[in-house]
Amino acid sequence: MPATSDNSAAQSEVLNRLGMSQPLIRPGEDYQSISEQISNNVLDHKTPKGLLFGLFLTFSLVMLLFAAIGYLFMKGIGIWGVKIPIGWGFAIVNFVWWIGIGHAGTLISAILLLLHQHWRNSINRFAEAMTLFAVACAGLFPLLHLGRPWVFYWILPLPETMGLWPQWRSPLVWDVFAVSTYFTISLVFWFVGLIPDLATMRDRATKKWVQVIYGILAMGWRGSARHWHRYQTAYLLLAGLATPLVISVHSVVSFDFAVGIVPGWHSTIFPPYFVAGAIYSGFAMVLTLVIPTRKFYHLESFITERHLDNMARVMLATGLIVAYGYMMETFFAWYGQNKFDHFMMLNRMFGPYTEAYWMLILCNIAIPQALWIKRIRQNPVTLFIISIIINVGMWLERYVIVVTSLHRDFLSSSWGMYYPTFWDIATFAGTIGLFLMLMFMFIRVMPMISMFELKELLPWSPRVQAVRARRKER
Amino acid sequence: MEHPPIFGLMAEFGSPEEVVQAAQRTCEQGYTRTDAYSPFPVEGLYEALGARKSRLPLLVLCGGIVGGLSGFFMQYYAAVFGYPLNIGGRPLNSWPAFIPITFELTILVAGLSAVVGMLFRNGLPRPYHPVFNVPGFERATTDGFFLCIEATDPMFDQQKTAAFLRGLHAKNVSVVDH
Repeated sequence: MPATSDNSAAQSEVLNRLGMSQPLIRPGEDYQSISEQISNNVLDHKTPKGLLFGLFLTFSLVMLLFAAIGYLFMKGIGIWGVKIPIGWGFAIVNFVWWIGIGHAGTLISAILLLLHQHWRNSINRFAEAMTLFAVACAGLFPLLHLGRPWVFYWILPLPETMGLWPQWRSPLVWDVFAVSTYFTISLVFWFVGLIPDLATMRDRATKKWVQVIYGILAMGWRGSARHWHRYQTAYLLLAGLATPLVISVHSVVSFDFAVGIVPGWHSTIFPPYFVAGAIYSGFAMVLTLVIPTRKFYHLESFITERHLDNMARVMLATGLIVAYGYMMETFFAWYGQNKFDHFMMLNRMFGPYTEAYWMLILCNIAIPQALWIKRIRQNPVTLFIISIIINVGMWLERYVIVVTSLHRDFLSSSWGMYYPTFWDIATFAGTIGLFLMLMFMFIRVMPMISMFELKELLPWSPRVQAVRARRKER
Repeated sequence: MEHPPIFGLMAEFGSPEEVVQAAQRTCEQGYTRTDAYSPFPVEGLYEALGARKSRLPLLVLCGGIVGGLSGFFMQYYAAVFGYPLNIGGRPLNSWPAFIPITFELTILVAGLSAVVGMLFRNGLPRPYHPVFNVPGFERATTDGFFLCIEATDPMFDQQKTAAFLRGLHAKNVSVVDH
C-alpha cells in the first residue's frame, strides 16, 4: 500500500485525537524501502549541489583554521586575546562548548538505549557522528592552548629520559584521560553500530570499488544469528559503559574549574550542572543539524514530528536543570557570605560583561520556555530557530564562566578586560567549518540512519510484536 | 578429518517468524551445526538454534578490572616511587585524586575488550566465507532470512537434509559451495 503524505497526516491526526503517540516510522515503509532510501542517498545519487556548496564553504573555513593554527605555531599564543588575568579566553570556552555538544550523541546512543527509548534508533547514528566530530574539534583547543603544542605528549604517562611524570592530582591531567577515553569509546561505539549497515552497503553497491571499500569496512559481516547475539551483548555492554563515562567526562571538565579557588569556579554544583548543560547544548546541535538534513534528504518518514517533539522535551528538561544551576550559583554566592563570591556574582550580573550575562539568561532560560507549547515543539522551523538560540546561549554561558570569573579576582590591582582578537575568532570559525565539513562528508559516504535498528521498529517485526504482547498481558 | 564436498545447505524464508520456527524445528530434529542469517537481530532466533549464552560479559568484567588496577597502580607508582613530590608533608599516595583516571581507564579497557572480544569471538574480520556463494544471499542484509545446516553436522545428509528444509516451507533451498 503506497502511503501518500495526506494519508499519513490523516492517520497521525486520528492517533492524536485518540491520545496515542504517533508511529516512529511513517506507514508504508518496509525492510526493502528502508534500506533503499537510506543507502541510495549514498550509493546512487550524484553529489547534490547543495552538499557541494556546503563543502566548499566549510572547506574554506577549514583553510582559515589551518592559517590560524599555522600563524599560532609561528608566533605563539600571544596572537590570541589571552593575557593575565584572563589566561583562558576563547580556547577553553570553545573547548567546553564543543565537548558539551558531543554529549548528546552518547546520551542518545547509550542512555536512551538502556532506557528502551526506541525513537533513538532514527537519530543515533547521526548523533554519534556529531559526537566524534565535536570531540575532535574540542580536542584541538587545549592542544593549541598549551603554547608548545609539539611537546603535548608530556601530559601522557610516557617513560622518558627526564624521569618526569604527569601530575595526577591535576584536573587538567584527568581531562586528558577523560577526553581521550571518551573519543575512543565513542569511535568504537559508532563503528560497531555501523558494521551491519556497512554490510548492507556492500551488498547493495553496484560498482566494484564501492563494494570493495564497504566490504573491507564491514569485515565480512554476514548477519549470522550467533554473531548477532554477541553483537547485541557487546553493544549493550558498551552502552552501559558509555553511560557513566559521558557523565564523568563533563564532570571532569567541570573540575577544571571547580577544583580551582577562583570565585565563580569553586562550586560544588558545577559537575551536575555542567553535565545537564552539555546534554542541553548537544540536543540543540542535533536539532540544528537534523532539521535541515531531514528536509533536504526527505527523511520525514524516519525522523518524524514525534522525534522532534521528544528531542525538544529533553531540551526543555535539561534546560530547566541548567536554570536551576544558575539559580543555585547565585544563591550560594549570597548565602555563603563570602565577599569575593558576592562581588563576583554582582560583577557578573551588572559589571562590564552584563550584556553577555543577560543574553545568556535570555537564550538559555527565557526563550526555550516556548518549548512548553506543543505546536512549537512539532514545528521544524521554530524548533530550528530555538536550537540555534540555545547553541549561542550555551557558548555564552562558558564565556561568562571563564571570562567574568577571571577578569576581576581578589586584588583590584590585577583586574583587566578580555578582548578576543581576529585569530581567536578565526580559530573558532575554523572549527565550526571543520565540524560541518566532516558532517557533510559523513552524510555523503555513510548511511546516516541506522538501517538495521530501524527495521527492528517496523510494526510487524518480532521485537515490536513482543512489546505489544507484553503490554496486552498487563 | 576429511573435508566435506560442500559447506552445507541454505534455506531462505520470507519473514523473521518463519525463520525462528524453522530454526526451532531444526534444533528439535537434532541438528547442531546450524546458523541463521538475518538483516537485523531477530528476537528468539539465537535461542531457537539451541546455542549457549555468550561469555562476553565475563571478558568485559576482566578487562574492566585489569584497566582499573593498572590505572590506579600506574599513578601510585609514579606518585610514590617514580617522582615523589613532597608538598607540605601531604601523603604521596593521595588516592582520592587518583580516582578519575582509574575510572576512565576502567571504562576504556572494558569497552575495548567488549569490541575486540566480540569481533574475535565472531571470527571477524573474515575476508571470505562460503555462505556468500549462495545466490541471493546479499538479501541477508536487506530483507532476507536464511537458515543454514552445515555439512559438518553429524546428522547431515545432502538428500535428507534438503528434503527436511523444504518441508519447513522454505522459499528455496540451495547448496552452499566452499
